[in-house]
Amino acid sequence: MKYLSEYRDGEMVQEYLKQIHAIVTKPWTLMEICGGQTHSLVKNGILDMLPAQVTMVHGPGCPVCVTPLGIIDEAIALASRPEVILCSFGDMLRVPGSSRSLLEAKAAGGDVRIVYSPLEAVRIAQQNPDKEVVFFAVGFETTAPANALSVVHAEKLGVSNYSILASHVLVPPAMEAILSDKENRIDAFLAAGHVCTIMGMEEYFPIVEKYKVPVVVTGFEPVDLLQGILMAVTQLEKGEAKVENQYARVVQREGNKLAQQTIQQVFDVSDRTWRGIGTIPMSGYEVKEDYKRFNARLKFNLDLGEVKENADCISGAIMKGLKKPFQCPNFGTRCKPEHPLGAPMVSSEGACAAYFAYGRKPEETVV
Amino acid sequence: MTSFTKSLQFNCPMPKLDFDMITMGHGSGGLLTHRLLESGVFDLLKNDQLDQQHDGAFLETSGKLAFTTDSYVISPVFFPGGDIGELAVNGSVNDLAMCGAIPKYLSLGFILEEGLKMSDFWEILVSIKVASERAGVKIVTGDTKVVEKGKGDQIFINTSGIGELHPQAAIHHSRIRQGDKILLSGPMATHGMAILSRRKGLEFETTIESDTRSLNHTVRQLLDKLGQDVHFMRDPTRGGVATVMNEVAGQTKLGVDLVQKSIPVLEQVEGACELLGLDPLYVANEGIFIAVVDAARAEEALAVLRSEPHGKTASVIGEVTTSHPGQVVLASKIGGRRVVSYLTGEQLPRIC
Repeated sequence: MKYLSEYRDGEMVQEYLKQIHAIVTKPWTLMEICGGQTHSLVKNGILDMLPAQVTMVHGPGCPVCVTPLGIIDEAIALASRPEVILCSFGDMLRVPGSSRSLLEAKAAGGDVRIVYSPLEAVRIAQQNPDKEVVFFAVGFETTAPANALSVVHAEKLGVSNYSILASHVLVPPAMEAILSDKENRIDAFLAAGHVCTIMGMEEYFPIVEKYKVPVVVTGFEPVDLLQGILMAVTQLEKGEAKVENQYARVVQREGNKLAQQTIQQVFDVSDRTWRGIGTIPMSGYEVKEDYKRFNARLKFNLDLGEVKENADCISGAIMKGLKKPFQCPNFGTRCKPEHPLGAPMVSSEGACAAYFAYGRKPEETVV
Repeated sequence: MTSFTKSLQFNCPMPKLDFDMITMGHGSGGLLTHRLLESGVFDLLKNDQLDQQHDGAFLETSGKLAFTTDSYVISPVFFPGGDIGELAVNGSVNDLAMCGAIPKYLSLGFILEEGLKMSDFWEILVSIKVASERAGVKIVTGDTKVVEKGKGDQIFINTSGIGELHPQAAIHHSRIRQGDKILLSGPMATHGMAILSRRKGLEFETTIESDTRSLNHTVRQLLDKLGQDVHFMRDPTRGGVATVMNEVAGQTKLGVDLVQKSIPVLEQVEGACELLGLDPLYVANEGIFIAVVDAARAEEALAVLRSEPHGKTASVIGEVTTSHPGQVVLASKIGGRRVVSYLTGEQLPRIC
């Protein structure tokens, strides 16, 4: 596999590890933003290969994890209506809302379908003119262009029985929320490569300027991650703070202009509640007024009121990097993937679920 | 359908029936049932026992027996590399083989949904015939029921199987020892990805074909050669290789060490898994098995597996250890190590 196997090369990994070990002199705390990066670090056993001075904390970049309980309840309420076909990406199905998950709503008779692309949901709407098809539009900036495009596409085709339930979140405001927290201990960020593929790197310069923190746009394969860590640690050791691009084979400074235009055509930036963190101003996308007939929230008049998170879940501290999953008294006992108390245990990319799946407990650390 | 099955179907043309789809009447036990069986099923699958058309079958057996049952509800019914009929035969044959038994007899139960095309039913029957002949088992008794449209999904099949234990076989997890080598008979995750490539809404272009096949002849050779030095066998169907390995670690209270770079996966299967965000270790298989053998005999066992037409990539994928009891640990391709645990539910495709 070209562009993949090269970035999983064992010798390259060892070479980067050697360089990281050689230059590190002080303890540093790095946050990888994206859940895909967390998954790769843990799946490949990289955390145990790093020098003791380098601590990785796992950022809020798992869209499944940060989708608030209230919106999951909205999706379940929609799926339970007899006239609705609810289409979703696969991993949203298992996430528990306040009483049940979409998988359970499906078992109870709701028409819930896994799709790989929102355009597939538009096709389902065309094939089922007597039904209302709702696409559960979850994700970071990465999935926003395709979700926006589905609305544009549906409008062009005159498909009126299609709408989206938007739950989009944005990376830079979340980084600012973490950095401005008085307990913050993050020294540098590995920015999410795929988000930057769409949005480019411009958004990170003001953050670097304001908080004096290195940001390295990083990919997802072992070699990518180790090179990104090396670049961040090099900056930290030299006392520098700048935006760098490890993932240059994919990410361009200006990003994908066409994708950005499509986002702007359909979405407005709005306040958004993040599961486990709370409301962050201007940190999400909502469907624009011009496209309100494609906004499921308005179309179905959804208003389910406030929903409270489980008070025993420390996901806020986990997602801000203040605590490790195994520092939670409920980790692996009351809180497991089959019965998650909160956000980071629900998706395989959530920090707690990744630690649980790959057996990372302090007393059982694999050596 | 494989080209072999196609050519066979040519030799087994569908009988002339005055109905082109299954109706409720075919499960009534009356004339329609009779005509369906007389002109279709019995002719195609004929053998001494079935020809007696009794309520049950009289069987000749010797020695200790193994007995198994399994139901097949796969969707889609026809998939690249096979169909539900072939799967229903191979599945029960393989379950018997994994017990160290030589499969002899199968029962065949159909639950048909009203409206199933007769030509599809015939194609499935032909597959059953081909698969049972290849495996060397006889279908000796059966049943057909029809449910109303919407109460089933075209066709469900149950097969139960009886096999005679190989005289040298002693297959049980309690016989697994520290140092035993773990072998995999062929590339993993092929069946699961072939099915997924045809699931509604997920269709993607690929040449991946299911690996469904009977394993009993390979297993017999292995047992003939190694006898009691084969300690344990299991075909990693649902839940894949990772699940079987966790069962082994859990039941034996020993640890399992796997070496990722030794575990065979076809390149296109690995690519499809990558695309969908799935881990091939958890993807279903229908034509490979895991054997845990005495370390001193591992090379001989590997030679047996590799001598089979589909066993070219058979490999030693790991070994049994006393460190980390109850845990499966994988040495990753890049030299890291991680625990491989049970999957919580179905593997679901990721968002990004």
